[in-house]
Amino acid sequence: MYKNICKNFEPKRDNLLLILHEIQDSHPQQYITKNAMKYVAEYLKISIAQVKGVISFYTMFSTTPRGKYLIRVCNSTACFIKGSDNVLEILNNILDLEKESITEDNLFSLETCSCLGVCGNAPVMMINKEVYGNLNEKKIKKIISDLKRGNK
Amino acid sequence: MRQNSKAFNRHGIITLKNVGKINPESIEDFIAHDGYIAFEKALFDMNEDEVIDEVKDSGLRGRGGAGFPTGLKWSFTAPLKVKDKFIICNADEGEPGTCKDRLIMEGDPHKLIEGILIAGYAVRANKGYIYIRGEYYLSIERLGKAIKDAYKHGYLGQKILETNFSFDLEIKVGGGAYVCGEETSLIESLEGKRGLPRFKPPFPGIAGLWQKPSVVNNVETLCNIPDIISKGGEWFRSFGTKKSTGTKIFMILGNVKNPGIIELPQGVTLRELIYEHGGGMEDDKELKCTLVGGAAGCFVGPDLLDIPMTIESLSEHGAALGSGSILVLKEGTNLIALMKNLMHFFKHESCGQCTPCRYGTEKLYRLICKISDDIARNKPDVNDLNEMLETAKMMQKTSLCALGQSPLMPLESAMKYCVIDEFKKRVIK
Ligand SMILES: Cc1cc2nc3c(=O)[nH]c(=O)nc-3n(C[C@H](O)[C@H](O)[C@H](O)COP(=O)(O)O)c2cc1C
Ligand code: SF4
Ligand code: FES
Repeated sequence: MYKNICKNFEPKRDNLLLILHEIQDSHPQQYITKNAMKYVAEYLKISIAQVKGVISFYTMFSTTPRGKYLIRVCNSTACFIKGSDNVLEILNNILDLEKESITEDNLFSLETCSCLGVCGNAPVMMINKEVYGNLNEKKIKKIISDLKRGNK
Repeated sequence: MRQNSKAFNRHGIITLKNVGKINPESIEDFIAHDGYIAFEKALFDMNEDEVIDEVKDSGLRGRGGAGFPTGLKWSFTAPLKVKDKFIICNADEGEPGTCKDRLIMEGDPHKLIEGILIAGYAVRANKGYIYIRGEYYLSIERLGKAIKDAYKHGYLGQKILETNFSFDLEIKVGGGAYVCGEETSLIESLEGKRGLPRFKPPFPGIAGLWQKPSVVNNVETLCNIPDIISKGGEWFRSFGTKKSTGTKIFMILGNVKNPGIIELPQGVTLRELIYEHGGGMEDDKELKCTLVGGAAGCFVGPDLLDIPMTIESLSEHGAALGSGSILVLKEGTNLIALMKNLMHFFKHESCGQCTPCRYGTEKLYRLICKISDDIARNKPDVNDLNEMLETAKMMQKTSLCALGQSPLMPLESAMKYCVIDEFKKRVIK
């Protein structure tokens, strides 16, 4: 699997981030496994430590499993003013998350992120590649239950 | 929901002219709206130096935050005789409350490509990179398609339009790190590394990507270039003020009736932005103050409602324009909580490479938490605020890159306006 992804890129170090994104996106749990790191390091002829170093620097990458739906809530200034804390609390409640940031059924995980560039619609969240704006409790509930229903 | 650019856009003069009007996925539509004629004019009717002179004449200054004159920046790189030279478009747009570059990339991607091509021609570069934030999926997709189409139509590649000018263009994607918007950090990231800022000098224009001369420009900056070339620097100067020429994209956000993005001739006042273009205050509340320019920005209060929002007039008042983001805050906003949000942001985004910033951002966050949470237990006093200020001053003097130098501005300006009062109200009963 990693092989097919790497093949699309020239084995040059400056392709590292692009390769890591593709590998992460191709995993159903949106993270980068140890095996993947090893394969990428070999492919680019750099050390595993160098690959790990890059992964740990960038917040979009994860080395632990995430949900099928990765929820990123913006908590930058414009969203903060419009109640991003509230959005987080609502999501924590609906998804029944306490300590862990991933639901038991591995369907959802919750993270915060900085400005998503849709500040005019604050507060905003992103689920996988989709952006949802002007959030309120009713809207959040509907979005989550629609996703749940789609998975039955 | 696919983010609909149209919903935001109300006017457009230069950079947003086509946004919401043309089909961003069709190169034919762009060409039908005079697309690529500026590039052809530069390529066939002007030599490289004439292009740079026109940009200098326009007075265009960088829209990425620092406001460096664009023509001057290009003129450092142009004469260098090196085999590889690069144009790097900074599309990392990480400043909180900033969303203008996204709107352009989603709504008019070919305009950006045209700007990059003209820049490439002017400084005799042979390759360009657009470094886009990883979270901007739709921008990446649209620009990817636009680049493919530009190759097909002969605007990119070898011997473009049968001339001797060859230029390749590629997209690189970030990984979610604010500091990568800083130009040398961005270059490290482009090379596939951790985004640790480099010491300057040398500046990227002399030694940038793989130590080759590299011009780094913001998306909005580059999207001004086609009109400057096709209509002339003098035309461009007919917009704006003497020192801040052309237009600027403003983001009017927060407690206004109609938050959104708008391109306006430079020189508009805060009052016009809030009460005309933003539709006035939400729920007709009083204005407390605004946060101008994002996290690395500055609080601007009602006393400055009537000064032009330009780099030069704001700097007379110790403020800065930054990215053009204007977060409007109503009376009653808890500024200490907002300050905590900002300090958390800096702590989280510090790359940790240099001590003043790594340690300083931690300390600032610790102190603001002391001030904002559980006052009964923490018993904060005015010294805590002073210590924050001293720390930020030390960071401003000694940090390696502008991130560590940034917290002083919002902190100092907030204290000038209201934080002290708010603090006293809360603490000293
Ligand atoms: C921490 C930090 C973040 C920055 N983020 C951005 C950014 O997201 N986009 C941008 O264009 N410039 C950003 N800049 C400014 C760039 O370093 C650089 O000045 C700019 O890209 C130059 O382009 P311009 O001359 O066209 O403005 C940032 C600077 C710093 C210090
Ligand atoms: S100032 Fe901060 S972000 Fe900049 S190099 Fe130093 S630690 Fe990194
Ligand atoms: S501040 Fe949340 S999207 Fe910009």
